[in-house]
Amino acid sequence: MKKSGIIFSLMLFAVATMAQGYDIGDKVEDFRLKNVDGRYVSMADFPDTEGFIIIFSCNHCPYVVAYEDRMIELHKEFAPQGFPVIAINPNDTIAEPRDSFTNMKVRAEEKNFPFHYVIDADQTVYPKFGATRTPHVFLLERDGDDLRVAYIGSIDDNFRDADAVEERFLANAIHAVKRDETPDPTVTRAIGCTIKTRD
Amino acid sequence: MKIKILWILLFATSSFLSSNVNGSKTGDLTIYTFEEFEHWLYKETDSLYVINFWATWCAPCVKEIPDFEKIYDKYKTDKVKVLFVSLDFPAHIDNRVLPFIERMNMKAQVVLLDDPRSNRWIPEVSEKWTGSIPATLVYNNEFRKFYEREFNFEELEGIIIPLLK
Repeated sequence: MKKSGIIFSLMLFAVATMAQGYDIGDKVEDFRLKNVDGRYVSMADFPDTEGFIIIFSCNHCPYVVAYEDRMIELHKEFAPQGFPVIAINPNDTIAEPRDSFTNMKVRAEEKNFPFHYVIDADQTVYPKFGATRTPHVFLLERDGDDLRVAYIGSIDDNFRDADAVEERFLANAIHAVKRDETPDPTVTRAIGCTIKTRD
Repeated sequence: MKIKILWILLFATSSFLSSNVNGSKTGDLTIYTFEEFEHWLYKETDSLYVINFWATWCAPCVKEIPDFEKIYDKYKTDKVKVLFVSLDFPAHIDNRVLPFIERMNMKAQVVLLDDPRSNRWIPEVSEKWTGSIPATLVYNNEFRKFYEREFNFEELEGIIIPLLK
């Protein structure tokens, strides 16, 4: 009786942990997702990076649109320093047709995205991360053979106006990681669009 | 054209005159910074507050608005106060938000929260909020709960009925 109670609690705990997704310091599982160029992308394809900037992103969300140019700049600034951007569209494309793979290709071409823009077509990757919105950023740092979460949240502190930004949360976090320090803050929050699933 | 200029004048005057908690007004819409808005989260009256965060661009938010309106209509005499807090961009007030309010025939009060530094104010609304919308805060003097999810009428009513006095 007691034992089954413990097992049940453990199961509950496991479910709760899964639902919440990765926390700071957690080891991240690789993925294999289709990029706008038709090829499949995994983080294992880039063994020489120091980490990754994973951004759950999409086409339709006005908050993403407000950040697109900054995402491009981030990749240009930090890919040479070992932290490339990978943008993942987590939305169900029936629920949100504006985020279809075809439209992703169109947007990537229009904006000339220098980073990979991949689709979480069966919606199995975003729940592992615990992404809840677009844009939602996860900074990963390499730790031996593993990749671990170093920062979760927003790119900076002003979605509307890049010129009015006071704190570049993500850039500061990357600089901290490069110095072998813990980012401060490790988690920030921002308004975004919910990830779309089918009812 | 004339009306638009009048609004601009009105807007300019009211922003100039606005005190700390009044926000500024355009049309029937009060525009708040978070500081100006915050008092809505801590009303100490005998009413039940249902505060819904939404935006015209957010499809699941738009979908649930009629259900919140139904709650407003059915329970307004039972001291239930429904407040819609739009997170639309201020540049879209005239061409999207105001026409939307009219088209949806929204009767409950709508305000607009215009504060881009969301990392500062999101935790003030709820420590649990990751930042996605729709999101809804329900509170009265004895109860306070934050929901980062969608609702339908029955689900909302299920929360509200036990809290009615």
